[in-house]
Amino acid sequence: MKKQISIKKNKKKIRITGADAVMRSLAREGVDTIFGYPGGAIMPIYDALMDHSDKTKHILTRHEQGAIHAAQGYARVSGKVGVVLATSGPGATNLITGIADAMIDSTPLVCITGQVTASLLGSDAFQETDVIGISMPVTKWNYQITKSEEIPEIIAQAFYIARSGRPGPVLIDIAKNAQFGELDFEYNKCIKVRSYVPVPKPDPETIKEAADLINQAKKPFILFGQGVILGEAEDEFRAFVEKSGIPAAWTILGACALPRKHPLNVGMLGMHGNYSTNIKTNECDLLIAVGMRFDDRVTGDLKRYAKQARIIHLEIDRSEVNKNVRVEVAVLGDVKVTLPALTARIKKRSHDSWLREFRDADKIEIKKVITKDLFPTKEGLTMGEVIQILNEKTGGNAIVVTDVGQHQMVTSRYFNFANKRSYVTSGGLGTMGFGLPAAHGAKIAAPEEEVILIVGDGGLQMTIQELGTINQTQAAVKIVLMNNKYLGMVRQWQEMFFEKRYSETYLLNPDFVKVAEGFGIKGRKVLHRPELAAAIQEMLDYKGPYFLEVSIEKEDNVFPMVPTGASVSEVILEPKK
Amino acid sequence: MASGNGINGNGKQTYTISAFSENHIGLLNRITIIFTRRHVNIESLTVSVSAIKGIHKFTIVVNDTREKVEQVVSQIEKLVEVLKAFYHTDDEVIYQEIALFKVPTKALIEGDELEATIRKHNARILEVRPEYTVIEKTGYKEEYLALFDELEKYKVLQFTSSGRVAVTRSSKELFSTYLKEAGEITAVYENN
Ligand SMILES: Cc1ncc(C[n+]2csc(CCOP(=O)(O)OP(=O)(O)O)c2C)c(N)n1
Ligand SMILES: [Mg+2]
Repeated sequence: MKKQISIKKNKKKIRITGADAVMRSLAREGVDTIFGYPGGAIMPIYDALMDHSDKTKHILTRHEQGAIHAAQGYARVSGKVGVVLATSGPGATNLITGIADAMIDSTPLVCITGQVTASLLGSDAFQETDVIGISMPVTKWNYQITKSEEIPEIIAQAFYIARSGRPGPVLIDIAKNAQFGELDFEYNKCIKVRSYVPVPKPDPETIKEAADLINQAKKPFILFGQGVILGEAEDEFRAFVEKSGIPAAWTILGACALPRKHPLNVGMLGMHGNYSTNIKTNECDLLIAVGMRFDDRVTGDLKRYAKQARIIHLEIDRSEVNKNVRVEVAVLGDVKVTLPALTARIKKRSHDSWLREFRDADKIEIKKVITKDLFPTKEGLTMGEVIQILNEKTGGNAIVVTDVGQHQMVTSRYFNFANKRSYVTSGGLGTMGFGLPAAHGAKIAAPEEEVILIVGDGGLQMTIQELGTINQTQAAVKIVLMNNKYLGMVRQWQEMFFEKRYSETYLLNPDFVKVAEGFGIKGRKVLHRPELAAAIQEMLDYKGPYFLEVSIEKEDNVFPMVPTGASVSEVILEPKK
Repeated sequence: MASGNGINGNGKQTYTISAFSENHIGLLNRITIIFTRRHVNIESLTVSVSAIKGIHKFTIVVNDTREKVEQVVSQIEKLVEVLKAFYHTDDEVIYQEIALFKVPTKALIEGDELEATIRKHNARILEVRPEYTVIEKTGYKEEYLALFDELEKYKVLQFTSSGRVAVTRSSKELFSTYLKEAGEITAVYENN
């Protein structure tokens, strides 16, 4: 911590404890909500919390994993940094899944963990874990504070690093002696770290080259990801799409960056994406990737991915460029800046016949997949029809959160996202158990919005204890359990690729409604189609949290599908007969 | 002279990666994780002070494809505490390693042969004790291994060699240019 400067040093310093300094620092960063769980090594901070409860609300979850996923939901809906408190040892290790999830999905978090007193470090003291070492590969930055005086500057850096550039989780481990000790407190926000360049400077030349390629292209195709959302550039992106007239498809995390019903929104990419978007990836002459990272779930076999196309990549993170796919023009920078610059240089065009090719391909998918999903004629209920009713009743005006599995893919495919920051799902890590706590965090961030969780029977049971937290806050989360009595997504793979050998995917489930009611949450179960719409209406009308279990056909599959190792052009629409 | 261009089969080649960083605890760990995760083996690693006060330099030698090395370097540079990272082929750097050999002093006393060998290899004697003599050779790996082969007949008691140190052949100093822009202040805070 050498050679740092604070500009405009003018405030009077006050002598306080480290724990108090933590709370004051959080307040100075505008933190109004903390998710956490107490324990020995973080007790001084919890004690200080009591004196700041007027400004900073703390939500006591039932598990540290619940706290961090809630903070993720909060951060992704609000655009603010999510804050988590946990104790040392098991408290800290319980955060790791959420930290890894936030890292791969670029979610800004500051996690504060308590640590044993500095003099005991390395002695295998009670509840001492090397959380710095453990979290190193899954944090954007981490730091262990052993002296009280470090607290304000390190917390300031933590927030700056978590939120700037490509956001990510930061972990600050604070030894107990630093919480107890005193310091002369003064808080200044961090505005620069010398060794860290959050946003590369855009090169006007690359913008010109990109614009030339776009202006010449005959069959251009836009792929967009969460970068648009993280850059708060939804409007700029829309303007770019509309002026260029180019069909645009999204990665799962980009879903709500452009309204689903926008005429140029042609759907989802990748493994369970749309038929047209996958096929056309290998037919376009120009790919324009905006804030996405060519994940293998999007690209399928890289050797047969868009080889015919020239590729432009708009990206904030230099290390993502040429990582999976070699690109011709990399436009580095914040899309909030680069997109308008690009829009200014492109010609206003339309690509009607090219767009029609997408719509023609859609007709095939509608016939073979979508109609059966959304308007089934068979007896069993489908996940798709549940989403369809939610579409009708909300008009897409809701924040939707999912867990991981078939229900997640169905929700991504069919919910008509209408608004910014309205979709929260675990993309890169695919963390089961994410949904319930994340939905809670989302509702805390947006109490006025309808927040609907779509969750599977497997994933719900990974963090089901958070029903207790929801009951305590009375956050009106609407929980829709898609109960197919299976680890559905794994079962689907077993059916398709493992000769229907259902190894350990059947679940003998509890009476979920009773469980919800046991936690004090109103619940209802739907078994048959005629009750479904009314039950959903009841759920939406209900003022508090509500738990709706829908009994889903047990062995339904999600299609289309690009099987692992296949090319995007080999997307299949139905099971092999 | 140089030990060839370091190219071998399957497109792999020797690269010298240099990373300049703040002097923070744990950074070595952060850097090595990047290699481990991508199955890139570190041939040698040297951590040292740099020409600039307060800035540390990591010199890491690997043998891999350009694509892998590019990726690793961009991940290193992405680390918050790393200011800048570069990679160079053997042709682009001047580099040396140092080797120390401990041989029985008896061999030195019994004839001129050992001394001649030392001279031939441009090595030097660092210290002579009644029981053993320490010989130092600075150069390329091939060179000190060749010396090792010849010393074997005197029974080498101990042998150790360092990681690589390297400077670039180009006349402009990439990092100092960068640092001039980055400035001397490690972090800036604003009172608001
Ligand atoms: C923590 C975790 N463990 C295992 C998996 C692997 N996995 C992916 S989907 C899935 C099944 C999910 O089942 P369920 O929650 O019932 O949802 P469904 O697919 O039936 O909609 C499993 C086990 C995972 N993604 N996350
Ligand atoms: Mg299930």
